[in-house]
Amino acid sequence: MRPINQAQISFSSHSVNEGFGRAAVAAFLAQLDPTVADLSDMRTAVSEAVTNAIVHGYREQMGTVYITVKIFEDGKAVVRVRDKGCGIPDVKQAMEPLFTTGGEERAGLGFAVMQSFCDSVRVSSTPGRGTSVTLVKRFEPKT
Amino acid sequence: MERKEKNMSVQLNYKEGVLTAKLSGEIDHHSAREMREAIDDAAQKLKPYCLRLDFTEVPFMDSSGVGLILGRVRLCGFWRGRVVLCGLSPSLGKMVELAGISSVAAIERRAG
Repeated sequence: MRPINQAQISFSSHSVNEGFGRAAVAAFLAQLDPTVADLSDMRTAVSEAVTNAIVHGYREQMGTVYITVKIFEDGKAVVRVRDKGCGIPDVKQAMEPLFTTGGEERAGLGFAVMQSFCDSVRVSSTPGRGTSVTLVKRFEPKT
Repeated sequence: MERKEKNMSVQLNYKEGVLTAKLSGEIDHHSAREMREAIDDAAQKLKPYCLRLDFTEVPFMDSSGVGLILGRVRLCGFWRGRVVLCGLSPSLGKMVELAGISSVAAIERRAG
């Protein structure tokens, strides 16, 4: 199925841009007329993915975070958050709840939150090349 | 508005052993840092028996907020203080529930 609309967003991996990334995605998804709860869930999942890109992907350098948002006729939204950072050597381990390499102020819940707040989460990563996280959620229209 | 307050994302109030931190604005990895520093500065000096985190003015929080809460539970544990959360919106409540925070901090339901 082809998307009925799409957007690309990219920004530098400054942590101050975390808010911009999730807000930009939420603004684009507003055309699906989502419920407040559904939109809040996606905003949260995007925030986790963008934070991962900034904190982990670009841990030792500045880089660019790329987001593509696609929406489909049936109300499905696909959000892909990509970085060209260090990559994840063991994706399965990284997705386990409470696993973190981010120190004690990081809860290690990023992927658990994405999985719980979206319909599906796909992660592909190549060490040294970067990571791509794809979030899928179907928005039921408000009736 | 208190002009003297340097850090506008956290307003602190101490009374009879209870330190209340009124948080405002979105909580993410970026903003959590200055909130943490403001709370810890005061908490380490005052060693309150209760640290009350008020989320009434927080419209958004990702898992960085969970890290913020759990870190303060750990800190207050050093002097056997406890942490109470209040003013959680439904979306913040969902995050707090997912993280299982109710086993380490008391949650006051929103009035009304």
